[in-house]
Amino acid sequence: MNAKKKRLIYNLSTYAIVVIAFAWCQFLLNNGGMTRSLKGQLVPICCWVIMAVSLNLVVGISGELSLGHAGFMSVGAFTGIILSGWLQNGMGMADETLRLVIAIAGGGLLAGIAGVMIGIPVLRLRGDYLAIVTLAFGEIIRNVMNCLYVSVEGRGLHIDFLNPSLPGKLLLNGPNGAVSVSKISTFTAGFILVMLSLFVVLNLTNSRSGRAIMAVRDARIAAESVGINTTKYRMMAFVISAVLAGMAGALYGLNYSTLVAGKFKFDQSINVLVFVVLGGIGNTMGAVVAAAALTILPELLREFSTYRMLVYAIVLIVVMLATNNPLLKQWFSNMTNRARGLVRRDKPAADGEGGNPA
Amino acid sequence: MNEDKRRQRTKMVTYPSGAVIPERDLGKSPVLECSHLGIEFGGLKAVEDFNLVLGRTEIAGLIGPNGAGKTTIFNLLTKVYQPTHGSVLIDGLDTQSMTVVDVSKAGVARTFQNIRLFGNMSVEDNVRIGLHNQIKYDMFTGIFRLPRYFSREKQQHEKAMELLDIFNMADLADAKAGSLPYGAQRRLEIVRALATNPKLLLLDEPAAGMNPHETEELMDNILRIRDSFQIAVLLIEHDMNLVMGICEGICVLNFGRVIAKGTPEEIQSNPVVIEAYLGKKKEAGQ
Amino acid sequence: MAFLSSLVNGLSLGSIYAIIALGYTMVYGIAKMLNFAHGDVIMVGAYIAFCGAQYWGLPPVMCVLTAMLVCTVLGVTIERLAYRPLRQATSLAVLITAIGMSYLLQNLALQIWGANPKSFPVDLVALPGFTLFGGQLRISGVTLVTVLANIVIMAALTFFTSRTKLGKAMRCVSEDRGAAELMGISVNRTISLTFAIGSALAAIAGVLLCSAYPTLQPTTGSMPGIKAFTAAVFGGIGSIPGAMVGGLLLGIIEILSRAYISTELADAIVFAVLIVVLLVKPTGLLGKQVREKV
Repeated sequence: MNAKKKRLIYNLSTYAIVVIAFAWCQFLLNNGGMTRSLKGQLVPICCWVIMAVSLNLVVGISGELSLGHAGFMSVGAFTGIILSGWLQNGMGMADETLRLVIAIAGGGLLAGIAGVMIGIPVLRLRGDYLAIVTLAFGEIIRNVMNCLYVSVEGRGLHIDFLNPSLPGKLLLNGPNGAVSVSKISTFTAGFILVMLSLFVVLNLTNSRSGRAIMAVRDARIAAESVGINTTKYRMMAFVISAVLAGMAGALYGLNYSTLVAGKFKFDQSINVLVFVVLGGIGNTMGAVVAAAALTILPELLREFSTYRMLVYAIVLIVVMLATNNPLLKQWFSNMTNRARGLVRRDKPAADGEGGNPA
Repeated sequence: MNEDKRRQRTKMVTYPSGAVIPERDLGKSPVLECSHLGIEFGGLKAVEDFNLVLGRTEIAGLIGPNGAGKTTIFNLLTKVYQPTHGSVLIDGLDTQSMTVVDVSKAGVARTFQNIRLFGNMSVEDNVRIGLHNQIKYDMFTGIFRLPRYFSREKQQHEKAMELLDIFNMADLADAKAGSLPYGAQRRLEIVRALATNPKLLLLDEPAAGMNPHETEELMDNILRIRDSFQIAVLLIEHDMNLVMGICEGICVLNFGRVIAKGTPEEIQSNPVVIEAYLGKKKEAGQ
Repeated sequence: MAFLSSLVNGLSLGSIYAIIALGYTMVYGIAKMLNFAHGDVIMVGAYIAFCGAQYWGLPPVMCVLTAMLVCTVLGVTIERLAYRPLRQATSLAVLITAIGMSYLLQNLALQIWGANPKSFPVDLVALPGFTLFGGQLRISGVTLVTVLANIVIMAALTFFTSRTKLGKAMRCVSEDRGAAELMGISVNRTISLTFAIGSALAAIAGVLLCSAYPTLQPTTGSMPGIKAFTAAVFGGIGSIPGAMVGGLLLGIIEILSRAYISTELADAIVFAVLIVVLLVKPTGLLGKQVREKV
């Protein structure tokens, strides 16, 4: 009961943080207490929070290092832009909310399909190999997007590869990316999407499938030996994560009037990884807070923006050392135990660590 | 309390094929049949011509010096390794084309020599993962919290607690599996294996790292598990008290080959075994 | 003839990849970690050589040697400060730390040398080129030096690992760290040595890379670094001849697809080849299978 209660409190406070932050922002918006630049960051913050939550599903909960998460975001973004552009210009759909919903759903769907297509080969690999191949896929997606030309003519879509001379209104212009996108993303849509992704990830984690995913992470061979199909569950985490990233991408893409594929470089994948790591790998609430804080912070500290990445890098290294070096870890846990006033008597057995193959 | 029961020797009978099983299992088909099982690692024959038949409720021991190939046999039985020779039948089913997962579904559960628990998860969750294929619901039910989710979660919880009770571990349900003492981790591995509802339980050095008192308890528990679940147990163990105390049939392995088979009495008096394995102990004892 | 010319270019680029890949592959083989910052050590090496030529007025050979020295120190320091404390940690933790290190180097370079691309002095590698087939096939001095350097380095390393005591120690550590330690080999010192060699090679690669493609900026090393890592994986990570084969093949594939398929898609093709290879042979072309112990 105790563990269950703890989990419930954790989940509820995660939702609460998002709801309170949203309400507070709405309050500021209505009372004019928000700067222009911060206003412009509201939708991107939601996008990066969703990205962090979804990457955390792969890195933290499924235990696979994926370095190509931005690739899924880019698939979602361009799918969303094309869908929205087609619905608006080809089908004459004026309702922005409906267009946004369809665009986000489409972005998620296509990113999910990309996730399946990439997952089938990639998930045969493990560890560092998997990391490097996801990175490769992210780069391939970016390269392909750079060669894609899409235009809308009448009710139809023209899609071509490497051929810029398309009839009709150009939606996607190869390396120049998407042009004259109608900006239909809203903060409310972002908020709903954040809540949705939290709902999916937190509920999944606390279910039969989620436990299977974590079992594969902790001890793959043991998981197989109790009858868990490891490929299926690694795939599940990977694809759900891709779908969420695709939805975030659609929201992101429809928040700007232009967008190039270069926006979703490898650096962005790393950026999201930094959110996940600083939030505490596997900690969804941490990922939310870290993503939001690290997106706002540079806005607030404009003058330090040149040092931003430098500080990121140092913090990343220090956090990894502090949480993974046995000596430092011991020191930290002693400190927190002392702070809590309880030093537990039972110590784990010296070499009883499960999971790590000898 | 089970001391007397343990000492009560099972009557072993011989099949026409030459396999020896307990008399009480005679009418039933064997749970495991290995014939001419073998594997080579780059020319090295790690296991060669391994034959074994296990009765429905037999407790059998696999013993032998370090490196004799005992754990390799477990890996062959569970398809972690693909045998290069011979066949394994589980409950009459050929495992030739099975995966590790299929073997688990066919009714074989195991524990590991170097403990492999889901260390970051709670004790209860470890058992629930063992119930993965017993009490099922799909991903969408889980995410969208359909009514089935709640009923199945409740079933899982109840079953997990019931299983943990075998080893009096119910009060540890919320503890992190990785933080348990060594002996408790070994016991939890057995509970997790039992959760898969096996017909055959493979225990890889279940008493390793346990003190004599814990080992005594373990012996009682293995017998109790066999009796209440009506399953067969094949165990690897170096603790001769345990092996001689509860095993009905024993198979001695050396350099990947079976050098002797028989009841504990037969093994104890077998000159080949004494020479290869127990003999050293005797010399040291004199 | 255009094909031959592309092939030569591919060979040249491939040689650079091979030299970088050696650093990756040696470190991976011995420390069992993916040193993501390796590509950025290349960039640092190139900047040091650039500064040597441009600001300090050093002769070309001294430029290269200084770059090698600085990179060696840098590599060993990185290992000591960031990677050694994580010897027992999960590979995920080490990889993320290495990514952090990569970003740290890039951003330090950004602070020191600025974001504007520097034009690398091409005449640093001063060797006259020559033409073949009546002027139809031109082989530049840089190409020649690159290919030669690759061959020399490869031969030297093969000799080093198979014949010298230190090299044998490295192979021991790579095979079984615990056993090597029991035999009296200092694992820490061996890993430091590996980083030193890898980083010195990175400096050479940096100079060669920037002589062939003379724009130098803080991100110069990252793409070639990733591709060289790809090459190492392609050839079978941990294997020295594998790095050579992987690097050369990758360079040739890249240049040929640039010439005959599409410039925009060249990178995508390179990465696609990696994926196909890993799927067909997950340990790479010359890698050996390691069985997980149960």
